[in-house]
Amino acid sequence: MNFAHELATAIANAATILPQDVVQALEVARDREEGPARVQLDAILEDVTIAREGKVPICQDTGTITFFVKLGTKFPHLPALVRALPEAARMATKAVPLRPNTVHPFTGKNPGDNTGRLIPALTWEMVDGDRAEVHILPKGGGSENCCALRMLPPGVGLRGVKEVVVEHIVQCGGLPCPPTIVGVGIGGGADLALKLGKMALLRPVGQRHPEPEVAALEAELEELINASGVGPMGLGGKTTVLAVHTEYAHRHPASLPVGIVVQCWAHRRATVRIQADGRVEVV
Amino acid sequence: MERVLTTPISEKEARALNAGDVIYVSGTMFTARDEAHRMMLERGSPLPVEGLALFHCGPVAREADEGWEIVAAGPTTSARMELFEADFLRRFKTRVIVGKGGMGERTLAALGEMGAVYTHFTGGAGALAAKAVKRVTAVHWLEELGMPEAIWVMEVEKFGPLVVTMDSHGKSLYKDLSVTVGKNMDAIRARIRA
Repeated sequence: MNFAHELATAIANAATILPQDVVQALEVARDREEGPARVQLDAILEDVTIAREGKVPICQDTGTITFFVKLGTKFPHLPALVRALPEAARMATKAVPLRPNTVHPFTGKNPGDNTGRLIPALTWEMVDGDRAEVHILPKGGGSENCCALRMLPPGVGLRGVKEVVVEHIVQCGGLPCPPTIVGVGIGGGADLALKLGKMALLRPVGQRHPEPEVAALEAELEELINASGVGPMGLGGKTTVLAVHTEYAHRHPASLPVGIVVQCWAHRRATVRIQADGRVEVV
Repeated sequence: MERVLTTPISEKEARALNAGDVIYVSGTMFTARDEAHRMMLERGSPLPVEGLALFHCGPVAREADEGWEIVAAGPTTSARMELFEADFLRRFKTRVIVGKGGMGERTLAALGEMGAVYTHFTGGAGALAAKAVKRVTAVHWLEELGMPEAIWVMEVEKFGPLVVTMDSHGKSLYKDLSVTVGKNMDAIRARIRA
């Protein structure tokens, strides 16, 4: 079994084809904006079309390649999958091409193939079943630099959570290339809050959390952040976020961690499903 | 107002621009990020750049039979170049800076002093930018600085849209907007706390 080719195709698709849910959200935003905000959204939508038709990267920062694997506990091809993940990153880097984005923090050396120590970043989630689902999230540096962790005193409650999220996103202004998609992870611990925030990005844009309280918080955060007027690219306007997605875990009684993960408008994603019999489907 | 400026751009043309204008640039544009700014100030420019457009960008480039080709070339965050830009403008007299996110007070002052503008190109729109690049005419310091930091000299046609966000008259849309956002935030905080 060798899954590298299909995985590389999915990475290439992610870099060049913006998912339809993101495009639709951008179109809705464009239609309600005017002035510099509309100029930005028109340019974004034109860029997305050029990238898709020309099979070129949507953005020159093709990101750090990040894999989230939902692994069936009975999936029979685990060694092949583990081998294929970095190999796919190498193949896609050459084929698209992607910008080499992995730098050794001590020596400054860049291997040039988008791999390195612990990169592509990998998250394994064990699920029932015999298939594997690989979610690919190439994430750019500009928006990643705007991620933040806040360890709140639990006494501030959800009101405090709202306040830190809104303050933080507004303070980032144009830096993360808004309109952004914001993943908010609440609870767990410091690491889990951020991980949940990032995993919240895997949901299609605008798909609400199934629990009504969580969904209501998402809608309220979107409305509050968009009332700031930061707008597309921080040039002013009605659309600072396309969506806020929230995930949560139970927290320690003394802790209220809030992980804020910011994703630029170029919210690139792809999914690969591998069946027990080795059939591979690029979604 | 929407217009196309062709390089070399004169001081007079740059001074005629106002914050909020949408422009396009045709002619010669060169990229420089942190390292290229630092090295140009230390060693001098490897090419004459007066009147050209300076692009804060680390492109994805591919070497083909007929030379280098720009695959994607969106802007990088300009704030990092604030360290160098005022000195850079005074010494090299570029007239249009293309970047994203805006720059600070020192650059704003130098824009007024020299007659130049800072323009905002849509962050992430790397394919749109690459489409306006007709060819790469030279690349400098590629060996030394690597692909993103090298100086890429490009012939561009109607590169844009570029929103003039900082002009030579001391106006910065970023400064204006931060006042508006500040007021909005007072109201938002009150709503959350209510």
